[in-house]
Amino acid sequence: MPSEHTRPHRFNTRLWLAGGWLLFALALALLAPWIAPHDPLAQDLLYGRLPPFWSEGAEPGLWLGTDSLGRDLLSRLIYGGRIAFMVAFAAATAACLVGSTLGLIAGYFGGWPDRIISRIVDIWMSFPPVLFAILLVAVLGTGLHSVIIAIAVIDWTRFCRVIRAEAMVQSRMDYVESARIAGFGRIGIMIKEVLPNVMPSIIALLSLEMGIAIIVEAILSFVNLSIATDDPTWGGLIAEGRLSIHQAWWVLVFPLIALFLTVLSFSQLGEGLKQRFDPILR
Amino acid sequence: MADPLYSICDLKLSLPDMARKPLFGPAPKIEILKGLSFELPRNAITGIVGESGSGKSTLGRAMVRLLEPTHGSISFDGDDLTHLTESALKPYRRDLQMIFQDPMSSLNPRRTIADIIAAPLRQYGLVDNLPQQIAQALDRVGLPQSFASRYRHELSGGQRQRVGIARALALSPKFVLADEIVSGLDVSTQAQILALLDQLCRQMGLTIAFISHDLSVIRRLCEQVIVLRSGEIVEMGNTSDVFDAPRHDYTRELIAAIPLPEPDTHWLDMETVG
Amino acid sequence: MTPCLTITNLSATLPGGARVLRDVSLDVNPGEVRALVGESGAGKSMIGKAILGVLPSSVRQVSGEIFLDGQDLGALSASKRRILVGANVALIPQDPLTALNPSRRIGSQMTDQLIKILGWNSAKAYTRIRQLLDEVQIRDRERVLRSYPHELSGGMRQRVLIATAFAAEPKLIVADEPTTALDVTVQKQILRLIATMQRQHATAILFVTHDLGVVAKISQQVTVLYGGMIIEQAGVSDLFADPQHAYTRALLRATPRYNDPDARVEPVQPDVLAGLQNELAANDHAWEKHLG
Repeated sequence: MPSEHTRPHRFNTRLWLAGGWLLFALALALLAPWIAPHDPLAQDLLYGRLPPFWSEGAEPGLWLGTDSLGRDLLSRLIYGGRIAFMVAFAAATAACLVGSTLGLIAGYFGGWPDRIISRIVDIWMSFPPVLFAILLVAVLGTGLHSVIIAIAVIDWTRFCRVIRAEAMVQSRMDYVESARIAGFGRIGIMIKEVLPNVMPSIIALLSLEMGIAIIVEAILSFVNLSIATDDPTWGGLIAEGRLSIHQAWWVLVFPLIALFLTVLSFSQLGEGLKQRFDPILR
Repeated sequence: MADPLYSICDLKLSLPDMARKPLFGPAPKIEILKGLSFELPRNAITGIVGESGSGKSTLGRAMVRLLEPTHGSISFDGDDLTHLTESALKPYRRDLQMIFQDPMSSLNPRRTIADIIAAPLRQYGLVDNLPQQIAQALDRVGLPQSFASRYRHELSGGQRQRVGIARALALSPKFVLADEIVSGLDVSTQAQILALLDQLCRQMGLTIAFISHDLSVIRRLCEQVIVLRSGEIVEMGNTSDVFDAPRHDYTRELIAAIPLPEPDTHWLDMETVG
Repeated sequence: MTPCLTITNLSATLPGGARVLRDVSLDVNPGEVRALVGESGAGKSMIGKAILGVLPSSVRQVSGEIFLDGQDLGALSASKRRILVGANVALIPQDPLTALNPSRRIGSQMTDQLIKILGWNSAKAYTRIRQLLDEVQIRDRERVLRSYPHELSGGMRQRVLIATAFAAEPKLIVADEPTTALDVTVQKQILRLIATMQRQHATAILFVTHDLGVVAKISQQVTVLYGGMIIEQAGVSDLFADPQHAYTRALLRATPRYNDPDARVEPVQPDVLAGLQNELAANDHAWEKHLG
């Protein structure tokens, strides 16, 4: 008897740790106006460069200290999370929709649709991505929308490539032929038979892409090409922190930690979800 | 032959040869089927036997029109299927069913067994009393009702193949193509599936084309046999005639190469014919 | 005469404690072909893997000894064992395509064992495999030596693997379903080749297969397995003429024969399967007792 199906669902530590951090960070971001202890934009030059709470000279209520203009770092981090998550969800979803659809079509239909889509992907991928993003934002103008569009425009190819390969493998399975025998049309087969089987990969990639989107947004902020307003972003915080690294290391380090944990969690969540949703044991 | 189900005349089929595809430009065509003509009698199992490269699977896929012939004609129940488009084929699809070699790959991993069997019924709007129809389909192939809610990975190889048969028969088709359906199975499971197919053929008045590389299995199951080599028919006729008095050297060679389960120290030393 | 291979009470388990091999004991005498026959899950390939020391990482040998030429493999250090097994046991694998590295030339793959385990120099190793390629009737051996695996046909690749297996004059060859992937006509040629080589070199072979037809033609001794347990062992003519165990009889009845005009084929009956389950349960019971 095949013993595969008896494999129990083990409690997946990685999945829960990653999911836990993301939920926590997301909740903070969503509830920022109520949770953040201070106005992230309120300056108070008398309280500039205060260290975090455990150090000497810390001010009660300013837990992670302040930046050179005396703005509360914790509040800025929490508000920065709002933008990070917004970019992550919007840009990754857009890239996923475009990339997966084209990848599915290329992989399943093959022939000339595949040749056209694959060539476009090849050309697209030969631009250096960060430069491409900077160029795009420069053309579109700064702002949240431009950042999201830029990331989606660059990163759909990642979905397209992987999903195309997966769809090709699935299309060669006999159940696809068997659906034709059952009288299903080509598009019906693609959506009902092939798509569910590439879904675990799409979910994993989507999660990974959210992490990547946050990084790209941070890079754009760092080079001052993200949103134009004074709203705090993690990349922007890192850029500011870099200027005062010797006087106030915390302004650089705390946003970096938030960025690092969030991006890592997204990639771990993707892997964990893929395993979770893929009990199929090919 | 009086009123055959299939009449196939000078069937040729070429496919692109990916192994010789140049870096740029299309792959050259290679002729897999080189002009086959035969008829398939109704309510009988016809064996199609050949070694790898004989074109037997390609022939099967042309018969159920998953592939389009490049030449010749395929007439099914009096209608010409040779060059019908996918949409024109649709009314015929329910009568042209197929059981696959590898049930692992032919059953969608994300669907329950009930779902898999119901799909063709839904597609043709034949759902009447679905639970009962599924129960009947499972019963027909000797699977317990509890299997309806399971997935393919929860089944053994023989059980998966039974699901494949249940799905093919759900629409009560006129014709079923069975492509190497027992070659991955243990002998005891193979014996069960052969007995089942034999019984279903008689009960349901099916016409079956049974593709196999195993002559012993063909002998057990089929009334007629077609021997293929390199896309051409070497010999065809009643199974007992072909086995008892093969007319072609290749058929003799094939038969002589089967190791019978009888100890014989000289068998290996015998030169094969040709 | 010392058997070339002796296995005593070999048991192996999966992580849950379920046994894939149950107290397997068997001998292979020098120059003899012993067939291991059974259906999937019978543990027949596991025995070959245990001898070669390549059990899957999830499978653990929990009892029993394997003697190669009287030498207890369990008593040796891992590196000594690897050298002893490497020099005396060879494998003819099932799938000739995956058994060969697609990106290396045939010649260099064939000489690997001679150079690395036996310490021969390259010239001597190549002389030896040229000789073997002649023996397996490969005509343009120089081209084959320079080829990559995908440039050869399935039957040709299997010939190369047979030549490689015999090159170091091993005492024992484990042949793991070597003809399952081949067409019948090619299968016959390959079986004949293995039999001829085996006689010339007086090598013992442990021939793993699921096909009773192949068993009848190639082996002198037969071990029938079910669920990791030995069901019956006998000489080949005795086994087919007068099978002792109900399961062996059932397997023979389930095998179709082209020369049988009635072509009766009978699936293994439920009472036989029930009997087998009882035997497995009794064996498990004895095992638990043994563990205490």
